[in-house]
Amino acid sequence: MLELFQYSFIVRGFEAGIIIALTAPLIGIFLVLRRYSLIADTLSHVSLAGVAIGLLLNINPLLTAIAAAVLSSVAIERLRLSKRVYGESALAIFLSGSLALAIVLISLSHGFNVDLFNYLFGSIVTVKQSDVFLIGGLGIIVLIAVLAFYKELVFITFDEEAAQVNGIPTRFINIVLIVLAALTVALAIPIVGVLLIAALIVIPVVTALQLRKSFKQTIIIAEIISVFSVIAGIVSSFYLNLSSGGTIVLIALIIFSLVFLFKKGV
Amino acid sequence: MQQVDHTQDIIELQDIYYSYNGQENVLENISFSLHKGDYLGIIGPNGGGKTTLLKIMLGLIKPTRGTVKLFGENIKAFKDWGRIGYVPQKASHFDNNFPATAEEVVAMGRYAKRGLFHFPTKRDREKVEQALEQVDMLSYKNNQVGELSGGQQQRIFIARALATEPEVIFLDEPTVGVDVQTQEQFYQLLKKLNRELDLTLVLVSHELDIVAKEATEVACINCKLVCYCTPKELLKHGSIEQMYGKDLRYILHNHERGNI
Repeated sequence: MLELFQYSFIVRGFEAGIIIALTAPLIGIFLVLRRYSLIADTLSHVSLAGVAIGLLLNINPLLTAIAAAVLSSVAIERLRLSKRVYGESALAIFLSGSLALAIVLISLSHGFNVDLFNYLFGSIVTVKQSDVFLIGGLGIIVLIAVLAFYKELVFITFDEEAAQVNGIPTRFINIVLIVLAALTVALAIPIVGVLLIAALIVIPVVTALQLRKSFKQTIIIAEIISVFSVIAGIVSSFYLNLSSGGTIVLIALIIFSLVFLFKKGV
Repeated sequence: MQQVDHTQDIIELQDIYYSYNGQENVLENISFSLHKGDYLGIIGPNGGGKTTLLKIMLGLIKPTRGTVKLFGENIKAFKDWGRIGYVPQKASHFDNNFPATAEEVVAMGRYAKRGLFHFPTKRDREKVEQALEQVDMLSYKNNQVGELSGGQQQRIFIARALATEPEVIFLDEPTVGVDVQTQEQFYQLLKKLNRELDLTLVLVSHELDIVAKEATEVACINCKLVCYCTPKELLKHGSIEQMYGKDLRYILHNHERGNI
């Protein structure tokens, strides 16, 4: 197994992958419990438009993806708060709209190259050293923000109205959550790809929820499942020559299925 | 026991009006003051604006006209939310699959007292335990809230409000969907909190008999403030009878036998 670490791209993949595996469930638990899982999917499509812009303008696509996702997340929240559009309709508008933009941009440049395929489905080969620093830096920001707003996030997730009566600035916390979700989604692109990010944010959390533990224990269990899926996914994709993104998500899904069936039997 | 100043204003409503998007008024010309140690029951027919009034008092919605003062301060400038506890309508949107223990839910009541990055102190944990003990739920602290019975869940929500160490607790139809026996225990607990701890209570309920039996003052809301009086005076008030129909006399007398 040690020969794995002779390849620097594998080492980079592990570094970036583990950071994302740790970040995704931290945001995922709040999105899933607020019935807002689909926002991860929407933001990933927005990120794809961001990637397309980056490739077209020859800027690091990860940077443009982050910018597109963060800006759209704030716009989605505003649209939802305006009450003129239903929450899920706001998501649908951004999902299809950004996909359309991405497709037009891609056709403009007559299809890029293999790169785009890697961004769609994830490939640790695309992770550059500068990406690892970026993912690490922003990962730490997400982690600190979740720690700082942990109790506020838990309270608004449990009961937004009571949280407001308790003096918690619910609007601000909602924006914080959605921006953190945007950062997490954009960061996860190189590892699992645009089409599979939502899976990494949602599946480990949903699996942990089956066990009906306390909030903190649920987060820890989701983290363990997430990190295990990413490590096992990268290792097996290397030896079996599979797509890393797909393998990671399939492993997470297998764990979910086992837990689901086992808990049902009890 | 400490002497309580029963003249201190907790809430003051001045000429409150409310309407959705300029339509017909839901609330009209409502003014009253609630004093420390009061146990106010807000009653009125469905659609009469009880819950709307409660939400205005809590700052969750803004009145179209009029002023709300909490502890003598205009609600727009009010920051001291730790003095207020809130027990929401349980049946409304509680997710039984939410991964939280009873202790974790009660601990949320301490959040208003802490700033960013402030992790629970020893005092916070003590207050949470104390609140759980007050509602007789300490032995359930590690249970999932979703696995508790309706009545137990409601106790946990009271404990969450108590953990804030509030001076007033607002309760919105707290016993909807809870069996009669549990209801009785629940109201005994509220009475104890009101009498022994001098906690001011505001209870919104459509159950006239409970309010008449438990509260020290009654506000009857049907768009306007029909009356603000003691439960005894309520019966003499003819307009209430009109609103609730003939059953009122039966309801008000029957509660002495403990039935509904």
